[in-house]
Amino acid sequence: MTATATMTAGPRTAEAWRRFAGTQWRERIDVRDFIQANYTPYEGDAAFLTGPTDRTRAVWEKVSGLFPEERRRGIHDVDAATPSTITSHAPGYIDRDRELIVGLQTDAPLKRAIMPNGGLRTVESGLKAYGYEPDPLVTEIFGTYRKTHNDGVFDAYTPEMRDARRAGIITGLPDAYGRGRIIGDYRRVALYGTDRLIAAKRAERALLDARPSSPDVIRDREELAEQIRALGELAEMADTYGCDVSRPAATAHEAVQWLYLGFLAAVKEQNGAAMSLGRTSTFLDVYLQRDLDEGIIDETRAQELIDDFVVKLRIVRFLRTPEYDALFSGDPTWVTESIGGIGADGRPLVTRTSFRFLQTLYNLGPAPEPNLTVLWSPRLPEGFKRFCAQASIDTSAVQYESDELMRPRTGDDTAIACCVSAMAVGKQMQFFGARVNLAKALLYAVNGGRDEMTGKQIAPETPPLTGEYLDYDELSAAYDRVLDWLAQTYVNALNVIHYMHDKYAYERIEMALHDHPVHRFMACGIASLSVAVDSLSAVKYARVKVFRDATGLAVDFRTEGEFPAYGNNDDRADSLAVGLVESFMEKVRKHPTYRDAEHTQSVLTITSNVVYGKHTGNTPDGRRAGQPFAPGANPMNGRDRHGVAASALSVAKLPYGQARDGISLTTTVTPEGLGHLPEERAGHLVGILDAYMAAGGFHMNVNVLNRAVLEDAMEHPEKYPELTIRVSGYAVNFVRLTREQQLDVISRTFHGSL
Amino acid sequence: MNTVVEPVTGRVHSWDLSTGVDGPGTRFVLFVNGCPLRCLYCANPDTWRMRDGRRATVDEVMAEIEKYRAFVTTAGGGVTVTGGEPLLQPAFTGAVLRRCKQAGLHTALDTSGFLGARATDELLTDTDLVLLDIKSSDARTYRELTGGELTPTLDFATRLDRLGKPMWIRYVLVPGWTDDERAVEGLARFVAGLGSVERVDILPFHKLGAAKYEALGIPFPLRDTPVPDAALVERVRGQFRAHGLAAH
Repeated sequence: MTATATMTAGPRTAEAWRRFAGTQWRERIDVRDFIQANYTPYEGDAAFLTGPTDRTRAVWEKVSGLFPEERRRGIHDVDAATPSTITSHAPGYIDRDRELIVGLQTDAPLKRAIMPNGGLRTVESGLKAYGYEPDPLVTEIFGTYRKTHNDGVFDAYTPEMRDARRAGIITGLPDAYGRGRIIGDYRRVALYGTDRLIAAKRAERALLDARPSSPDVIRDREELAEQIRALGELAEMADTYGCDVSRPAATAHEAVQWLYLGFLAAVKEQNGAAMSLGRTSTFLDVYLQRDLDEGIIDETRAQELIDDFVVKLRIVRFLRTPEYDALFSGDPTWVTESIGGIGADGRPLVTRTSFRFLQTLYNLGPAPEPNLTVLWSPRLPEGFKRFCAQASIDTSAVQYESDELMRPRTGDDTAIACCVSAMAVGKQMQFFGARVNLAKALLYAVNGGRDEMTGKQIAPETPPLTGEYLDYDELSAAYDRVLDWLAQTYVNALNVIHYMHDKYAYERIEMALHDHPVHRFMACGIASLSVAVDSLSAVKYARVKVFRDATGLAVDFRTEGEFPAYGNNDDRADSLAVGLVESFMEKVRKHPTYRDAEHTQSVLTITSNVVYGKHTGNTPDGRRAGQPFAPGANPMNGRDRHGVAASALSVAKLPYGQARDGISLTTTVTPEGLGHLPEERAGHLVGILDAYMAAGGFHMNVNVLNRAVLEDAMEHPEKYPELTIRVSGYAVNFVRLTREQQLDVISRTFHGSL
Repeated sequence: MNTVVEPVTGRVHSWDLSTGVDGPGTRFVLFVNGCPLRCLYCANPDTWRMRDGRRATVDEVMAEIEKYRAFVTTAGGGVTVTGGEPLLQPAFTGAVLRRCKQAGLHTALDTSGFLGARATDELLTDTDLVLLDIKSSDARTYRELTGGELTPTLDFATRLDRLGKPMWIRYVLVPGWTDDERAVEGLARFVAGLGSVERVDILPFHKLGAAKYEALGIPFPLRDTPVPDAALVERVRGQFRAHGLAAH
């Protein structure tokens, strides 16, 4: 066996690859090369699309009919006794006779599985929250014989890390739940089949044989062995559904099915925070187009295959704890599918199947999953841009990320993990690192490292600021010291977490669908950027008086005078935001990472802006204790006063090069805010997206909603089962948010023109 | 002795970015202060008096606009000067429009036309589009509704047509005031005779400005007037469309 694992294409492979062009992808695992050699760009409009068939409706109605009860009880059902593996459960179906694409996580739709490798307590707490008893045997095995990721992390955390975590200055860490955000290249299963993938993995492993057995090499060998085993299990699981994925897919139907089974293996094995799908639509289009050309299928069938695939992606479920739900509300799974973009050769990577994916929002109705993400470029074909914008206006279920910023860095086969994290599919992965609370850190600077809520010393003791008014230079210097400490504590905590995750809850199948060696990112993150920036701006441009309690702890502030707020395209405030992003990134980079991962950071909160805000005291910008932060990189609610463009341009100034894990902006406009005339709104939204991306903006969630609709949905959730809104990098069913989060969404700035 | 040239200044209320309501695309909208009319339905009573505005130089305004030049251009928009009544400050408005044109921006002037005579031909050359608010085509209603005379607006419309200046006619539909079928008919006939009108926007009366009246301690005259229902809006649109106009 050679390193490139060249195999003679057998008759099965030759049949599967009939009419395909290109050579490189045949000789080694290279899906991008296959796509480039074979895809058909589509520059037309949406007129060719077809609606749902009776079959599609029947399948979707059968499973979506279970949703109201699931929403009421929190979960539909759970198998508490069987720790989930790729092969743990017998096949399950929604409607065996009607389904085109088969495979469920357990033996029944919406029945959740337990994954105790991440942490036994997490599983037990998840079960108890929904009225299920933990299984005694599972408790015995994972309590006595098998250590978990969570156990490992807490063995290696330092007291300082625990304190920082408890105080909420570093929060949401994946120390008790699966880290996720790893995208297996599930397309490989369809293009090559598992036999060939196993051969390639064996070849990768053979290259390590001659290397000295250092700890790194030993770990790599063991991981590759696990990957090979996982690929075998995938074939075994597929076989129970009557699919022989050991060979390449020979039709479009098989390609969708094989790809889905690869993904299914991943969601059977891992309860990752985000289980993203990758960039599959244009890959699948090659197969769909071949079958259409050969007359095997028609457009209706092509759409049915995508509809049925998407039905499966919509019902991925994990057992999670109430604490987790408070951070990441609405039961998200981040089955992110990246659509569109432009190739390195300038051809748009838009195909008819890019449209077909978006069409599912109409055929099945709006839904938060899969997390449909358009890689936007002003150079995308006009018909596609319009269709995306119209889908946003009609469903609020689409997010946009700048293809122009990503392509030069991660190439034209980039997909988004989770919300805004760019990865070259199958070549890069990340260690998800949640985020630190910059607003709380600012208060630590004022208080000499004591927590403003508890008075407890969390950061190293330094002299607190004692003036009646805050002095900008003094505060800046103290803040810088706190951030130095925070970056160090943070990166070291992440190193512990990811060491233990690799050791106790390794993503075998997802990593089997990556090249070896893989490029790793250490994905740090920052929350409450706008609160920290506005606080600094208040101290710099107005006067901020401090109120202290009997112990000298600063507990409140009063601002005298006006100050520029972030979100108004005002450089005085925006430059503070840029400076903070750059300086924290620089501080993070100073600390070595586990497995030499490349440092990155995101400006993203998901829905945790509510929980972080709850745990943070009064801030000098006038925000009251407990009040939610703005999500992601958003300006603080209500302080962006000049409309969506001004707000977006402030965010667009944040340097993507210093926040490679993504910068999230969530906008909400009323329909009228996009124009007096409904028929002009899609064109206007296209213009705004073009202009925002041209200005260097990275990400935009677009909600087109009326406040009255949201208010009515709070009171009458039963009327709005499908109401989908975008929050910081993903979409949720509005009615599944906690009441607090619903209020937070409603209180956010609505950009509408009066 | 040095001669100090006073820079052109104006009285400015605020600026904002809007989409699809103040001309095509996403636009930088400059609100200037001061208006000779007192329309009963006015949504911006805080722009009535010039002296309430902040004094700003053309350079200051242009510095702000410059920050949005690329954005509004890419988004298919430009700059709209509105108010208040921009033609109450014709030198300032003209200078802003001139500088915007020089910067390659699409320009729009939102005016009642009441002071149309103050718009020089140069100012109009620098204006790509006029958003002309015709409050009523009936002289008496116009006077009662605005406190001003109708004729200057009609004259201005005719002049714009003669210059071939593209116009969007805006008509605020207020039940009991501007919904009279014959009056609408009269206006539609007049507008249909203007060749440079590109479209007619029927703007349903709303009360979103009521809070501003409260804050200013001024009674809102149309507080109890209902907003028009969809059927009425459609009827009025239909009347314009019957004259071959693109009415929305």
